Amino acid sequence: MIDPVVRVDGIRKMYGRLVAVDGVSFEVQRGEIFGLIGPNGAGKTTTLECVEGVRRPDGGSIAVLGLDPIRDRRALQRRIGVQLQSAQLQKRITVGEAIDLWRSLYDSPLDGAALLDQLGLAAKRDAWFMTLSGGQRQRLFVALALVNDPEVVFLDELTTGLDPQARRAIWALVRGIRDRGKTVVLTTHSMEEAERLCDRVAIIDHGRIVEIDSPEALVARHFPAGRIAISDTKWLPPTLEDVFLKVTGDAMRD
Amino acid sequence: MLRGLWKLTWIEMKIFAREPLGLFGTLGMPVIVFVVLERLLGGRSSVRAPELARVVGIELPIFAALLVSTGAVLSLVTIISIYREGGILKRLRATPIQPQTILTAHVVTKLVFTALTLTLLTLAGRRIVPEGQEIPLARFAVALLFTTVCLLSVGFVIASVVPTARFAQPIATLILYPMIGMSGLFVPLDALPGGVRAAAHLMPFTYAVSLLRGAWLSEPWSAHLGDVAALLLTLVVCTAVSAKIFRWE
Repeated sequence: MIDPVVRVDGIRKMYGRLVAVDGVSFEVQRGEIFGLIGPNGAGKTTTLECVEGVRRPDGGSIAVLGLDPIRDRRALQRRIGVQLQSAQLQKRITVGEAIDLWRSLYDSPLDGAALLDQLGLAAKRDAWFMTLSGGQRQRLFVALALVNDPEVVFLDELTTGLDPQARRAIWALVRGIRDRGKTVVLTTHSMEEAERLCDRVAIIDHGRIVEIDSPEALVARHFPAGRIAISDTKWLPPTLEDVFLKVTGDAMRD
Repeated sequence: MLRGLWKLTWIEMKIFAREPLGLFGTLGMPVIVFVVLERLLGGRSSVRAPELARVVGIELPIFAALLVSTGAVLSLVTIISIYREGGILKRLRATPIQPQTILTAHVVTKLVFTALTLTLLTLAGRRIVPEGQEIPLARFAVALLFTTVCLLSVGFVIASVVPTARFAQPIATLILYPMIGMSGLFVPLDALPGGVRAAAHLMPFTYAVSLLRGAWLSEPWSAHLGDVAALLLTLVVCTAVSAKIFRWE
């Protein structure tokens, strides 16, 4: 059996007294799109940031491409691509400058113009970051995450706040990344996105993984009847969202 | 190896130049203050009280230079805290770029703009220099850049502790301006009350003023080794402290 691209073993992370991640373990295989889903504050982003080497876990171990994200940080950063949640760039940096800067940090980066073209940003090359729309910003961040032709790409809430067109475009892009043999690990709030995009998902709640499998398998396991009652007369096929609500409860979160 | 340093520095300089208000504050303000004060104090008038001549000829250029240096520090504190709040520092950290590269790029940017402002000041100040008087420009520029590097390290400590970008500028101003006030520039150190004088001797600005004054008057460097040592100590201590307490997010 081939080694997994990402192996997370029992990681823990505390913020003061708050336990954000409480013994999370999972593996991601090469060529997978793997999703971390969970309510707000469940520990998705903290888990992802520990895997990316942006945050140091308090316990447990992580290997990405066989490397330790903290100890081998620099070696690993060359081989992974990262898009951080609600990240910003300098307000007055141009799209072209950002790509140039990122390219200068790696040994054999992709062609900047081709990348911008592929992401529909060619016309925005000279535009300041502050003038970009939400969708354009996210596409730029995807471009920056891909500039070193990484083996694994981490995407944190990539499509939050985007309109359906932009979302679809970005989904196509993520599938394109996978089709080129890369591995994708993402977090999302959107069950539709997880269902349509991910090969496997892990549902995290209160810092623990409560379910992990393909979206279809999770639906089949939790709703073997293949339908759920919306009212006395109306039945619908169950979705990942129904599984999600069943395992995490319907109480509102922060 | 500081990979990406020149690219990042060049980009940061361009970004800074694209912000009209910041650019005006950095390049324009010291020059305007200098020219206005010089005019108010008598300008070209040939009959000038000796005391006033000293102020215009010596203290005013040093004051203007300090404004440049302080402006660089204020701007650094503001930019770093905005970058931190916006997650820009965090985003840069998630690349192979070295943390020291990011900070060095900002220091170099500030030094370049300090040199530019000094050039503008020199052009504006040409007319107040009496015929035949030599101004040791190169020496003064070296002293100012050295002073600025050391004061920027104080800026990094302030940037490490300010809670949000909103408070960055006011807090930095509150810390820096009183130091200028008792630096010996406006009131000779000997004339300060004992306690204030003792405090002044602990402040980097006091040594900065002494060094700049020495450079302006063409005194030998050897006469100001104490100032250089004090400023170097500031640089070392502040760099060490900010390396410990600097927050990236």
